[in-house]
Amino acid sequence: MSDKMHIKLTVNGEPKEFLAEPRELLIYALREKLDITGPHVGCDTSHCGACTVTLNGKSVKSCTMFVAQANGAEITTIEGIGAPDALHVLQESFKEHHGLQCGFCTPGMITRATKLLEENPSPSEEDVRFGMAGNICRCTGYQNIVKSILAAASEINSAKEAAE
Amino acid sequence: MIPAAFDYYRPETMDDVIAILQEHGDDARVMAGGHSLIPMMKLRMADVPHLIDLQAIDGLSDITIEGNRITLGAMVTQHDLIAHDGLTAAAPILQETALQIADPQVRYMGTVGGNVANGDPGNDMPGLMQCLDATINLIGPDGARSVAARDYYESAYMTAREDDEVLVSVSFDTPSGGHAYEKQKRKIGDYATAAAAVQIANSGGIVASASIAMTNLSDVPVWSDDAAKALIGTSCDADAVKAAVAAMLGDIDPSEDNRGPVAFKRHVAGVILTRAITRAWSRTTSRA
Repeated sequence: MSDKMHIKLTVNGEPKEFLAEPRELLIYALREKLDITGPHVGCDTSHCGACTVTLNGKSVKSCTMFVAQANGAEITTIEGIGAPDALHVLQESFKEHHGLQCGFCTPGMITRATKLLEENPSPSEEDVRFGMAGNICRCTGYQNIVKSILAAASEINSAKEAAE
Repeated sequence: MIPAAFDYYRPETMDDVIAILQEHGDDARVMAGGHSLIPMMKLRMADVPHLIDLQAIDGLSDITIEGNRITLGAMVTQHDLIAHDGLTAAAPILQETALQIADPQVRYMGTVGGNVANGDPGNDMPGLMQCLDATINLIGPDGARSVAARDYYESAYMTAREDDEVLVSVSFDTPSGGHAYEKQKRKIGDYATAAAAVQIANSGGIVASASIAMTNLSDVPVWSDDAAKALIGTSCDADAVKAAVAAMLGDIDPSEDNRGPVAFKRHVAGVILTRAITRAWSRTTSRA
């Protein structure tokens, strides 16, 4: 039973192929098979959101998805959002507004926030708090995370206006 | 946490799903979004040697509104319910409920079908479906059949669905009047300490019809005919609301858990139901 499956994923634009048991959870496949260690294992019970990735356009908790379920999917992780020498606006904003302390939750926070701003480019503070409710931070008390996301939203919007 | 090994299937037709279910009996289970089943498999409280993923079956994610009949496919997610403007116009209680389930990531994966089929007393959709007098549509080796949501739940995790049947959709008439879904939970992502689904129709200041169901206050959802009857024909005044709450408290049977002792749950049930009835009624008058 449970032979290894041939899994194909597109991760951050790159095609990936590997063998995995169906029961392997997506987060472990990303971290241990593909060496994509931005998404973190926090609670391992779909509460904390540290493992959040974007899968086929949805924010999902990769600890609560079998790699077999994800077979064929397009996935974006924090590695596909920005790079150390080319930070995403949200990453700059978290840095600027002290939106992190230990940083463990930050990849999940920013991955979720990119999708939140895609769905709602001009969120209110309440929208941000509601839209980020699946991500837990044990350091900041959230105030600076909310501030960072709101600042990134207005920066993205002003850049868009300037371009028009 | 690592679940026990299983064989994974992603069939493309419902015939293939049923064939796998027939071959493996209760060693096989279907999975929609997996957000109830996977955590149980990770804890090894559910052992599923043959896991059938429904994601490749066409048509299970459809939301259809035809005349005054609404049908939700089993794979419609909580996120889909929130984002569908036509559905929110026709039956706003669905969006109000879905917004109170879990968190954004879970709502992208969690489905109506999974929530209804699982039979978990803590899930919100079963009580809502009883409030709406929904029909649960199943398909099995002998074809399709339908069961009323109010007859579907037998005990915790036990439902009218046979092992070789698949829940494919739920359907219900467009509700009329005012609505409310009120839920008390300890934190985002928690199950309800108590939740109430209420629909009330107002005819000239008098309650013409009412339907009331509550969640996580028994091992099955509790649709209370007596609570509805206590409101019908009244002006939904404070005495009528009190009578409806008293009737509901006669029908619930909560048990003590980490959300509190029985007395606390009964207290919360009364508070939540009072709020839900009041809000549903205020929405009828604002529309009249």
